[in-house]
Order: sequence, then structure tokens, then C-alpha cells
Amino acid sequence: MTVEKLKNELNLKAVCLADPEREIEGGYVGDLLSWVMGKAQSGNVWITIMSNMNIIAVASLTDVACIVLAEGVQLDENVVNTAKLKEINVLQSDKSAFDLAAEISDLI
Amino acid sequence: MSEILNFHYEVDGTDFTSAGQSSVSVKKELRRLGLPAEIIRQVSIAMYEGEINMVIHAHGGVADINLYEDKIEIILEDHGPGIKDIDLAMQEGYSTAKENIRSLGFGAGMGLPNMKKYTDEMYIDSVVGVGTKVRMIVNIPG
Ligand SMILES: Nc1ncnc2c1ncn2[C@@H]1O[C@H](COP(=O)(O)OP(=O)(O)O)[C@@H](O)[C@H]1O
Ligand SMILES: [Mg+2]
Repeated sequence: MTVEKLKNELNLKAVCLADPEREIEGGYVGDLLSWVMGKAQSGNVWITIMSNMNIIAVASLTDVACIVLAEGVQLDENVVNTAKLKEINVLQSDKSAFDLAAEISDLI
Repeated sequence: MSEILNFHYEVDGTDFTSAGQSSVSVKKELRRLGLPAEIIRQVSIAMYEGEINMVIHAHGGVADINLYEDKIEIILEDHGPGIKDIDLAMQEGYSTAKENIRSLGFGAGMGLPNMKKYTDEMYIDSVVGVGTKVRMIVNIPG
């Protein structure tokens, strides 16, 4: 499944859809960045409530397919701009990380 | 064996939000050179953890990436407080990071373990009050 399809299926908000055709393989949920870097795999959906600038670097380095911000978390404008610049997909939802993980897991 | 390419970065110890720029830039360079994706991931994550450590624990430092035919060497050097007990620092979950750092998602005490996990060799030289030098090597499969 592509990131764009995931967005449409679950009605997620596109904060930055830089690479809509990126294929998704599995996922990881977490807010502690070193855990994410130790465990998340390339192509994963990364569900988090972290919103600071460093999530963009972490997403880039781990090569996840997209970040999904849970619980209605918002990004500052400069973080969104960096996501665009670094071509990182960022989606957002009001749902909890638990609900998102369950729904995404059913879909992919 | 002689070095093919070198990338040198000054890591700013004051601007936490820009931390990681050197690693993201290295990732891009290695990708341009056509190295295997998994090698790039290992190198750039290991470097990022080291870069973040220099920013949060040592007021910044310098990073050098040396590319050889068969391996990539990452050297991170700072003039921070040094590490008193390296074995303790290497333990998963050990961290001296303060609350403000933890609230950003760092300080889980998994940085040095990740650096070890993602590299084939890792050496730490540290002197309390003088600084820390971390040298890591990732082999490029032939
Ligand atoms: N460059 C450094 N200078 C001084 N101390 C360091 C440095 N790198 C790591 N440390 C020490 O080692 C500990 C463990 O590092 P790490 O595993 O990366 O965890 P974290 O950065 O999350 O605290 C740090 O909390 C710190 O006390
Ligand atoms: Mg660390």
C-alpha cells in the first residue's frame, strides 16, 4: 500500500505529502527517538506524538515511509517546512496511537 | 588502504533543533555515491546518535566521515566533560540527560548501544575534563 492510499483509506490529514507513491511495509510506534532509530525499519509507518524538529531527521535517517502524528498533535510551521525540504511524508490524525496502529495494521 | 573521500562537519552545540544536519547530509552524499541502502542507514543512524551526544552532553564538536573502498569510518570528537565510566555509559537505558532533553524524545540511554549495534567496530577514548573521541567503522560488503 502507498502512503497516499493509506491517507485516503483512513482519512488522515496530509501535513506534508512529499512522496505519495512510497510503499509501506509494517510500522513502529514510539516517542523515544533512540528506540525508534534502534527498532524502526525502512518503509515503516512511524506513529508518534513527538512534534519537534528532530523527528524529521529521525524519519530521514531511518528511512521510514511516513510519520503519522497521533492525538491531533500539530507541527510548527518551520518543522513542516523542513519536512517539505527533506521530502518526508507526514500525516496526522486525532486518533490515539493505539487506534491508528490497529487500523493501519488491518489495512496493510 | 588509502582514503577515497572525506566529509568534515562542525557540529554546533548551541542549536538543538538543527542537530542532525551533518548526518542527514552524509546520508545524501552516500546515497549519491550509490552505496547500499542498509549501509547508508547504519552509518547515518550511528553518526546521528554520536552527533546528538556531542550536542546534548558536550557543547558540540567535529565529525569526520572517511570513505574507503571497503569501509566507512566515522570519527566524532569533542572537548566536553568526558565520560567517567564508559562501561556504564554503554549500558542500555543509562543516561545523564536532563528533563528538558528527555521531553524532546532524547535521553533514553540507547544512543551508544545503537551506535554499537549499527557499526562493525566502535572505540571510545574519553578523558574526564578533556573530551571524548568516538571512532566507528562500518564495513562495506565486497
Ligand atoms: N560525547 C559525550 N560526552 C560526554 N558524555 C557523553 C557523551 N556521549 C555519551 N555520554 C554519556 O553517556 C551516557 C549514555 O549515552 P547514550 O547511550 O547516547 O544515552 P543518552 O544520550 O540518551 O543519555 C550519556 O547520558 C552521557 O552521560
Ligand atoms: Mg545519546
